[in-house]
Amino acid sequence: MTIEWFVRIVSEYWPMFLRGAGVTLLISITGTIIGSLIGLGIGVIRTVPMPERRGKRSLLKVIHVILSIYIEFFRGTPMIVQAMVIYYGSALAFGIDMDRIFAAILIVSINTGAYMSEIVRGGIVSIDKGQFEAAHAIGMNHVQTMWNVVLPQVIRNILPPTGNEFVINIKDTSVLNVISVTELYFQTKSIAGNNYRYFESFFVACVIYFIMTFTVTRILRYIERKLEGPDNYVIAGNQMQVDTPEDIQRRKNRS
Amino acid sequence: MEKVIDIQHLRKSFGSHEVLKDINFSVNKGEVVCIIGSSGSGKSTLLRCVNLLETPTGGKIIYNGENILDDNHDIYLYRRKLGMVFQQFNLFNNHNVLNNCVVGQVKVLKRSREEAEKVAMKYLKVVGMDRYVNAKPKHLSGGQKQRVAIARALAMEPDVMLFDEPTSALDPEMVGEVLKVMKELAESGLTMLIVTHEMEFAREVSDRVVFMDKGVIAEEGPPEQIFNHPKEERTREFLKRTLK
Ligand SMILES: Nc1ncnc2c1ncn2[C@@H]1O[C@H](COP(=O)(O)OP(=O)(O)OP(=O)(O)O)[C@@H](O)[C@H]1O
Ligand SMILES: [Mg+2]
Repeated sequence: MTIEWFVRIVSEYWPMFLRGAGVTLLISITGTIIGSLIGLGIGVIRTVPMPERRGKRSLLKVIHVILSIYIEFFRGTPMIVQAMVIYYGSALAFGIDMDRIFAAILIVSINTGAYMSEIVRGGIVSIDKGQFEAAHAIGMNHVQTMWNVVLPQVIRNILPPTGNEFVINIKDTSVLNVISVTELYFQTKSIAGNNYRYFESFFVACVIYFIMTFTVTRILRYIERKLEGPDNYVIAGNQMQVDTPEDIQRRKNRS
Repeated sequence: MEKVIDIQHLRKSFGSHEVLKDINFSVNKGEVVCIIGSSGSGKSTLLRCVNLLETPTGGKIIYNGENILDDNHDIYLYRRKLGMVFQQFNLFNNHNVLNNCVVGQVKVLKRSREEAEKVAMKYLKVVGMDRYVNAKPKHLSGGQKQRVAIARALAMEPDVMLFDEPTSALDPEMVGEVLKVMKELAESGLTMLIVTHEMEFAREVSDRVVFMDKGVIAEEGPPEQIFNHPKEERTREFLKRTLK
């Protein structure tokens, strides 16, 4: 009976499933965060205004070309192949035996970075030009403008596509089993190899993947709404930063 | 009189389109100068060249005895000495009213947060927006946004304030509150360079009026001269068209 098998598999192998899910989450969370940071950095560099002077100008152009190659290359090749190339390539070229989890995080990060830098650039370009001008007019340089004015708005706007990347990463880390990373898919394969119950084992994995992606999606929705802030504003008294009773009440209602 | 900004032979082209042709004029300390002229005459471009939001194609901008268009001049250091108020307000959407006035002071002038907040409150009071410190820009009306934008610029304690049609994007009933604030600033001795279509206001507050036409300064003089006895035919025609 299949049902009995489910119960047996779960009760017998739950530590392996759990560890696998943990590794999957670790890789996808870390990879998404590092990837997003790469994306933000590249987004900022690619929106630096073209300098007037020749030398700096050509330097910036060279950097743009390098970044474009990076983005095109990693978006244009499958992650499963990148994993093989990077993992075995580094072993061959430098004689390094990379820690597998480290290799996995590295691959997911640079892969996500390529996608995120396009998303970030789109986010920066869509910010009203007036925001940049106002920041420049009070004397901020490019980095200050980005950090204090533009990126906070960009991050809010790109949260949905970033969450999407995260969900994709949770699913796509399964391809990293080719370099024997002990994530959920790899663990499930071992479990199924032990008991020859492929359908039941992978069905359990399927449910776990879904729970992870579904939970993440909900949490991100919630954060998005939080960041939107309230639609109405209650005039504060004459004092600064003092909560009105309405503010406190509203916060209570929300939590 | 002490010149705060001295503009000499300023030129600006967009591609082959020459928008500013040999502009010469200066702003003295404590003076209120209004720039008027028909749409497309280059008023905004001139103001944006003054604080280098546009890079002039030629000429000099002398500030404190130095040409800030020299290659090695620190434009960020210069820009913080000029306050700018935009037609579209351009408040920082991610900051509340208080932080809009604080962030520049802290990040650019390196003031402590405490001091910056004190200064911000002082100028928010001047523009009558001190009760809205916690509001986000999206909570404010156009007139309120523009008053906060003025406070934000004032909080940097600039040598000159530049205004680019600060009331043109406002509903008519809100124009008054902004002009009132600007009038008070003018009377307080602030140095101001104002692009405006509000002729009554220009006549009332300015020490000098600059009339621009097709990228050149066609006439310049005290408001009495420009509005009552214009010397140039072009000025007369412009005023006839706008004052009807
Ligand atoms: N970034 C730009 N690229 C190309 N042309 C521009 C640019 N900015 C302004 N111009 C042109 O320069 C000319 C002067 O524009 P400007 O905005 O300075 O006029 P203005 O006097 O401020 O007009 P208005 O009263 O309508 O604001 C216009 O013909 C305009 O099309
Ligand atoms: Mg204009």
